[in-house]
Amino acid sequence: MKKFDYKELIYSFHKEMLTNNFTLVYEGEITHQITKAFTSLTENKMDSYSEDATMKKKVFHVMVECLQNLSKHADDIRIFKDKGYSGNGIFIIGRVGPDNEDYHILTGNIIENSRVPELEAFLDKINELDKNGLKELYKKQMREGTLSEKGGAGLGLIDIARKTGEKLDYSFIEIDKKNSFYTLRTKISRKQ
Amino acid sequence: MDVIKIRGTEDTPDVILDAENGIFEFSGRSLPEDVLSFYAPVLQWIEEYIQTPNPRSEVVFRLEYFNTASSKIILDILIYFEHLSKEGYEILVKWFYQKDDEDMAEAGEEYFEIVEIPYEMHSY
Repeated sequence: MKKFDYKELIYSFHKEMLTNNFTLVYEGEITHQITKAFTSLTENKMDSYSEDATMKKKVFHVMVECLQNLSKHADDIRIFKDKGYSGNGIFIIGRVGPDNEDYHILTGNIIENSRVPELEAFLDKINELDKNGLKELYKKQMREGTLSEKGGAGLGLIDIARKTGEKLDYSFIEIDKKNSFYTLRTKISRKQ
Repeated sequence: MDVIKIRGTEDTPDVILDAENGIFEFSGRSLPEDVLSFYAPVLQWIEEYIQTPNPRSEVVFRLEYFNTASSKIILDILIYFEHLSKEGYEILVKWFYQKDDEDMAEAGEEYFEIVEIPYEMHSY
C-alpha cells in the first residue's frame, strides 16, 4: 500500500485553493446552521474587500438558494464501493474574472439517475428563457407550486438564474447504474 | 383575537398581527430553517382573522431579504387579503424596500401583478 503523504496533500490543497481563488470549500452535510455560518463568513469576507451592497446581497441570495438546494438532498448520502463516499454535497465559493471582480459558486451532489431527466429538462427550460420568461415562470411556480415537506418550492433554480442573469452551467457525471453526480456552477458578475 | 408578536432573528422576520389595533406587519429577514412550521401559526391566525375582519386592514411588508420558500408563503398571505378586498373590505398593502434594493422593489411589483389588491410602494 502506498504511504499516504499528508504533507503533500495539505500543501496541494492549499495551492489549489489559492490558484483557483476559492475562499471556501466544504464537503459534507449541509444544514441550516452551516448555511448561516457560510453566509455570514462570506459577508464578512466581502466586507473586508469593501464589496458594494448590491453585490453582497446578490451573493448572499444565490448562496442561500444553492445551499438550500443541497440541504434538500440531505437524504442522498451514499457509500460507494471502491469509490470512496460522498456526503450530502460539496460547496465552493470563489472569485473569478480578470480582476477577481466576480464571484462563482460551485456545488455538487449525488442524484439518482432516475431523477436526472426531469431535473435536466427543468434546467434546460430555465436556460432557454429570457429575463421576462423567467419572471413569468417564477410567478407561475409561486402560484401553482406547493411547498414540499422540506420547504422546497421549485423556485430556487429559477431565482438563481434571475438574480445572476447568467445561464445555469450544469453537468451530470454518471457514477454507476443507480447514481450520478450533479454539478452546478453559478456566476455572479458585476456587469449585467 | 389573540395578538401574534414574533421577535425577528437573523433568519426569521418580525411579525405583528394585532387585529384590535389594526397592525399587520412583517419585517426583517425571512429564511427560516423550516418555513412551513414558522409560518403555520401566522397563516392560521390570518385564516381566522378573515372570518371576522376589521372594515379596514393595512398590511405592511418591510422585508430586507426573503428566500424563495418564503416568497411562496408571502403570496399566500397576500391572497388571504385579496379575498377580503374582493368581498368589499378596505385593504391596503404597503410594500417597503431599501432605496437601492431593486430586487426587493421588483419582488413587490411582481406580487401585485399576481394579486389584485390596493397597494403602495415605499422606498426608505
